[in-house]
Parts: sequence; structure tokens; C-alpha cells
Amino acid sequence: MADTTATATPETTTTEDGIRRRDFLDIAAVSAAGIGGLAVVYPLVSQMAPSKDVLAASSTEVDISAIEPGQAIKAVFRKQPLFVKRLTPAEIEAANATATGSLRDPQSLADRTKEGHEDILVTMGVCTHLGCVPLGAAEGEVKGEFGGYFCPCHGSHYDTAGRIRKGPAPTNLEVPEYEFTSDTVIQVG
Amino acid sequence: MSFPWARQYEPKNGLTKFLDERLPLPRLVYNAVGAGYPVPRNLSYFWNFGVLAGFFLVVQIVTGVVLAMHYAANAQVAFATTEHIMRDVNWGWLMRYAHANGASFFFIVVYLHIFRGLFYSSYKAPREMIWLLGVVIFLLMMATAFMGYVLPWGQMSFWGAKVITGLFGAIPLVGEPIQVWLLGGFAPDNAALNRFFSLHFLLPFVIAGVVILHIWALHIPGSSNPTGVEVKSESDTVPFHPYYTAKDGFGLGIALLLYFAMVFFLPNALGHPDNYIEANPLSTPAHIVPEWYFWPFYAILRAFTVDFFFVPAKLMGVIAMFASILLWFFLPWLDKSPVRSGHYRPLFRKFFWFGLIPAMIVLFICGGAPAEEPYVMLSQIATAYYFLHFLVILPIISSVEKPEPLPYSITEAVLGSDKKVVKGENTSPAV
Repeated sequence: MADTTATATPETTTTEDGIRRRDFLDIAAVSAAGIGGLAVVYPLVSQMAPSKDVLAASSTEVDISAIEPGQAIKAVFRKQPLFVKRLTPAEIEAANATATGSLRDPQSLADRTKEGHEDILVTMGVCTHLGCVPLGAAEGEVKGEFGGYFCPCHGSHYDTAGRIRKGPAPTNLEVPEYEFTSDTVIQVG
Repeated sequence: MSFPWARQYEPKNGLTKFLDERLPLPRLVYNAVGAGYPVPRNLSYFWNFGVLAGFFLVVQIVTGVVLAMHYAANAQVAFATTEHIMRDVNWGWLMRYAHANGASFFFIVVYLHIFRGLFYSSYKAPREMIWLLGVVIFLLMMATAFMGYVLPWGQMSFWGAKVITGLFGAIPLVGEPIQVWLLGGFAPDNAALNRFFSLHFLLPFVIAGVVILHIWALHIPGSSNPTGVEVKSESDTVPFHPYYTAKDGFGLGIALLLYFAMVFFLPNALGHPDNYIEANPLSTPAHIVPEWYFWPFYAILRAFTVDFFFVPAKLMGVIAMFASILLWFFLPWLDKSPVRSGHYRPLFRKFFWFGLIPAMIVLFICGGAPAEEPYVMLSQIATAYYFLHFLVILPIISSVEKPEPLPYSITEAVLGSDKKVVKGENTSPAV
């Protein structure tokens, strides 16, 4: 700043094509600040995602040996209700009798169960409309017009395979990732 | 208010014209930190620390709000949630280390800012209000930092809370009831932890409010400068942008390098290992000291070891500690010398460099040392000098000192003589 006598300082000289030497400094400074800014924003955003202890608790084992045909149990998976139901032969037949092409979210019962265990239906107990817990898992609850689950919040009816048949819900009850670790135990997540 | 030659804001496009007639925020920015704010052309790097303090306040608020998303102010789980932040939360270690070291850096830059104010007498007319608001900010910072240190609920947190609230117990008659009232119990527990968390969240926003007043008050007379000579003409100033945005930006880069060197490589260097032990009301750590930024004042607190006439030593220490900061409020009226800058005050300069600064260093060292000799005696001598300096030496200096000749103007100080300068030549930004 002390230099006031110089008339043509490097920052004011321009080449023929109008590029000034200072342009390089401007671009370098803005780029460094931009990358630095992103490096600040990334952890600030990421910290709100599930923490390691939450992710570590995201796998659940369920013993299904005590479930009688026609009965369902509620378990908890990722802090949300999980329905595990053993279907009766009549319920399986009803599910298979429905043409998948006519469904809002076309899936067959076989798509939604594991091979060799077609009578075990594992779904999230979370209505795909706005997240309420559908009725129908516990004894004596309303099962809806299609004999599966019924969400009382906004009237979504699910059939015996947990597929959406009537009401505002857009998709079938979600089947989480799970596997049979033995004939009587499933591990969800 | 600004100098008459300050450049006027002119909205350039439809959007800024629309805003300017309804909510002139771009105009405010232009006049506050843009080309519309003329600043003395001779500011040194000591004038960077105000901006840096503002920056670290923002860092503290951002990282603090993030930490509050994961922390729980409950004596049962506070320590565990702090460890949860360190181990489980994505980037939680970064947030907490950035917050803990951010507090230290906030104090470092604020101490350098205060040091600048003391050497260049930035507190003198017409800038008394800026100084007074600054002292308010400093007191709020100390309260906020103290309560924040309690939140992890480690051993130093707990015993710090107990000792500092114990200061209020020194007040005659009502002291003990006040201490119990402050804690909401007989020792720090859930009630104290919860209210400290609440206030620790609130106070930074109060600080931000006082900072706005501080800057507002600054922009009435404009910045002081290393000569202490007031701005006389346009050639004494340059526009804040781009000159001081660039200079502050460079200072910010240096500060960030040092800050992240600490955050990444020495994150616990300024903390105490004892605070990684959960609070235990039945066992005091062997060597209990506050955070480093409280050491000088802690040394003054401990310097009083015998009863003083009718005043018990405990009360004396507490009074002296609070007085050591509160007397800053009277500084503009204690130092009556019309010359601001220490560069032109030979006597003031000697006492500043060979009196006040060594006394502060001794107090700093003694505050962090155990309460034993020779530290007790050293802190007594330094405490005595500290109060003498402000209450006796400064007023005497300002009446007996013969200042060195001042330059006629800032421009003359920079360039030798006004005649060499074509008026206004250096005020256009280098595009």
C-alpha cells in the first residue's frame, strides 16, 4: 500500500486477449475457498446421519418356532414394528388366487417370501402411506376387506400377502432384507 | 456515520434496486465491510483480531449447535453422550475438538485484541463505548466458557463448577444461600448441569448481540490506527473492500492453519486428562486448575492468603479477581494522556513492556501452577503490580509524560510528507 508512485503494477497490466495476471490469483483463491467450504459443509451435514451405535443396532433375530398358522407376532427392527406371520393354507391360496397384474404394486406371494418357507410372511408393520402401524397382526384386530392388514389412519387395506389392495397407500408393506439362519430363526437386516 | 468521502452505494440491477427500497441489506454490507467504509490506510496486522474473534464466535456457535444435537444435559448420561459424540457420531470427534480448541482460539485472538487496545489506547475518546462493550463481551465469554467446560461432566468439569460457584460463597451473609441457589443444590448435580447447558446455549447469542453493538459503536468514529492520529482527509484512508477484506482474509488463513494444526494434531494439548474421568463428587483431582485462559485471574484469586483487616482472605481474593477485570471499565478515564499510541509515549511504553506484560506473564504462569511457593509469592507481587499499574501508574504517567512528536497525519506517517501524495490517488481499488 505504501507504493503509490508506480503507474503500471503487475495487477493492472493485461495481455492482448484481456487476461490479467491477477485472474490467476482470483481463481486460485476462490477455488481454495470453495474446496475448503465443501470440506466444512460435508462433516456438518454428515453428523446428522445415523451414528455408529444406531447402525450397529440395525440387525434383529426373531425366533419363529412358536408361531401357529394364522398367528402373527410383532418384533422390533430399527425401532420400527416388524410383523412375522405364519399363513394358513387358505390364506396362501387366497394370495395366490389374485392375479398380480391387477395389483397396484404387482408382486406374487413367492416374490415376498423365501423359497421353502412360503408360509412365513415377514413385513414391516409400517403402512406405506404415512407410516402408521396397520392392524391385523394381533388376535382380534380388524384385518381389513382382504383378510390381511388394515391401517386405521387413512383406511389402507392389505391382503394376506401384505399387498396393498384398497386405500391411499402406494406400495405393498415393505419386506425387509432377511434370511433364515435355521429353520426356526430369521435374521432381519 | 462515515467520512464525507465514503463511496456511496448504488444498486446496479433490478434485484438490488428492489431490495434497496425495501430492506437495504446490500447497502448495509457495502457501508459496513464494503467499499463504502473508509479505513485508515496504515492498520497493522494487530487490527486483524477483531475479525478473527468474530470468526471464532461463528465457529463456536456452529459447532456448538451441532454438539447440542447429540449431547444430553443429564448427570446420568452427560459423560456417556460426550463419549458417544467422540466415538459414534459421524465426524463427532471433529465437532467436539473444533469446539474445545475453538474456545481456546477465541480467547487467544480476543486477548491479542485486548492487548492491541491497551497498547494503542484504543479505549480513549471517542471510542470509550467500543471498549466498554468489549469488556462486556469478554465477561460474557468467560461465563460461557466456564459453563461449557462443565457440560462433559468429567472430573475437572465437576470440580470447576464447585470451585467457581464457591466464589459466590465468599460473599458475606448471603454467600452460601446464593451458591446453593446458583447450583440448585448443595453440590453440582442435575439441576446445575441443566441450567449451565441452557445458559451455555443462550449466552453466545447474547454475545453476538453485543458484538453487533460493538461494531456499530466502532463504525461511528471509525477504526483507530497505529499512530493514534485521527483521520484528517481522504488520503488517510482506503476502502475496507478490497484492502482490508484481503488483509483480514490473509490473517484468517494463518489463524486457520494454526487452529487446525491444534484440532488435528494436538486436540487435547490444552485440556486436562482428568476430564476424561467421569465426575465423582467424592474425590477431588490432585491438581485442579481452570482452563488456561483463566489462569491470570485464577492467580489473582489465589494471591490473597491472609485476612486483610476485617476482610477474610477468601473474600479478598474473589473481590480482587472480579475487580481485575471490572477496572477495565474505568480505563478510559484512568489514562488521561491525549496521545493514544504507545509508539509516541516513551514512559507509558516502558511500563507497558517492562511492567504490565511481565506481570501478566507471571500471573499466567502462576495461575496454572500448584498453589505453593514460589508461585504464591510471585503472584502476590504480580497482582500488586497489576492493580498499581492501572490505578496509580497510568494516571501518573498521563500527567508527567512528555510524548514524542506525532506525525501531522496518517499519510505523513506512511509517506513522510503530505506533499508527495496526489490526493485520492491510492483510494481506487486495484482491479
